[in-house]
Amino acid sequence: MVSRLERARQALTSVVDPEIPALSIEDMGILRATTETATGVKVTITPTYSGCPAMGQIESDIRSALATADVGEVEIETVYSPAWTTDWMNEEARRKLEASGIAPPTSNPRCPRCLATEPRTVSEFGSTACKALLVCSACGEPFHYFKEI
Amino acid sequence: MTESAIFSGGPQGMPIPTPDPHFAYVLRHADDNLVAAQRYGEWISYGPELEEDIALGNIGLDHLGQARSLLAHAASLEGRGRTENDLAMMRDERDFTNLLLIEQPNGDFAHTMARALFFDAYQVGLWQALSDSTDATLAGIAAKALKEARYHLRHSSGWLVRLGDGTEESHERSQRAVDALWPYTSEPFQPDAVDLAAAEAGLGPDPSSLESEWRSRVSAVLGEATLDVPTDPYRRHGGRSGFHSEHLGHLLTELQWVARRYPGLKW
Repeated sequence: MVSRLERARQALTSVVDPEIPALSIEDMGILRATTETATGVKVTITPTYSGCPAMGQIESDIRSALATADVGEVEIETVYSPAWTTDWMNEEARRKLEASGIAPPTSNPRCPRCLATEPRTVSEFGSTACKALLVCSACGEPFHYFKEI
Repeated sequence: MTESAIFSGGPQGMPIPTPDPHFAYVLRHADDNLVAAQRYGEWISYGPELEEDIALGNIGLDHLGQARSLLAHAASLEGRGRTENDLAMMRDERDFTNLLLIEQPNGDFAHTMARALFFDAYQVGLWQALSDSTDATLAGIAAKALKEARYHLRHSSGWLVRLGDGTEESHERSQRAVDALWPYTSEPFQPDAVDLAAAEAGLGPDPSSLESEWRSRVSAVLGEATLDVPTDPYRRHGGRSGFHSEHLGHLLTELQWVARRYPGLKW
């Protein structure tokens, strides 16, 4: 018999970041904890950036994923402390990011296409709150860089 | 100015009880960010180039997120059933306690960047100090916001240096912007009763303790930008006690009209 908590955790592995669908919210470090309550489960999440517009979507995706997992009442708590950091992104997450064409957070970003380092910064603010726009100095490819924070 | 006067006049002219200084303290910082977010939002689709348009929208979004976290926290501290949305949409100009600096109109791009430099340099110091707040929620919001504010400051500093040390035209316009906004740069560091109560309780810094670091940050950027640090002693205050420039009312009209015209409206 799989416990309620295990069912919840299993179901949550399918919830992805809507803006970076290559990564699950667990890979991203957005999912902080899943615990059992008297009547169901409590899911604790934290935003990457204060204004991340994906948080509402993520909450609703968590509810949908858990709706079919028979876990009882779902409570979602958003916490701000400790503040999210790119350090919480695991190796697997970094590998998937690079494979999807986004340079993972590091002090020394490299082009996800040709792996050359020392790209040129176009803008520290990209298409989402968490990304910057860079251009590879070697192959000329413009690419997104997940900002270190 | 007493706190009860700040919040005088409820919806039907009913007196509102003197708010808890803790609530008032969180609310003023929420207001700064909400107004900042609205000003950046006004730039969307008008940015000087596509990347910059996106950057301005992004920075506005950071401020909006900071405002939302702080408003939600203020609403729970108040405990009178008002929500984050009520605080943003259903308070009037007189009840907003944001700094006069951040409500000043966008003007040309140099104005927006000069205002941003002054505000970002203030916020980096403020968030840093608030990260040690005895209010754990406020400290958490601040620790996150600090990382964002450092990006904002790098953005505004970089632009001001380029514009100030750019062409004759961009230099002149940048100096004009710096001079025009300078009178609003002492208000952030003038403590009032709410700030002093907060400092006493360990909620936040005495704002006057942030001024010297702000001044050295800003002077360094202006120096690199070949711009003069203004010496005009004229100073404008009042935002923290709800006395605003003529610009805030117009900003709030645009921000709040949908929520007021269609109360309870949902997507």
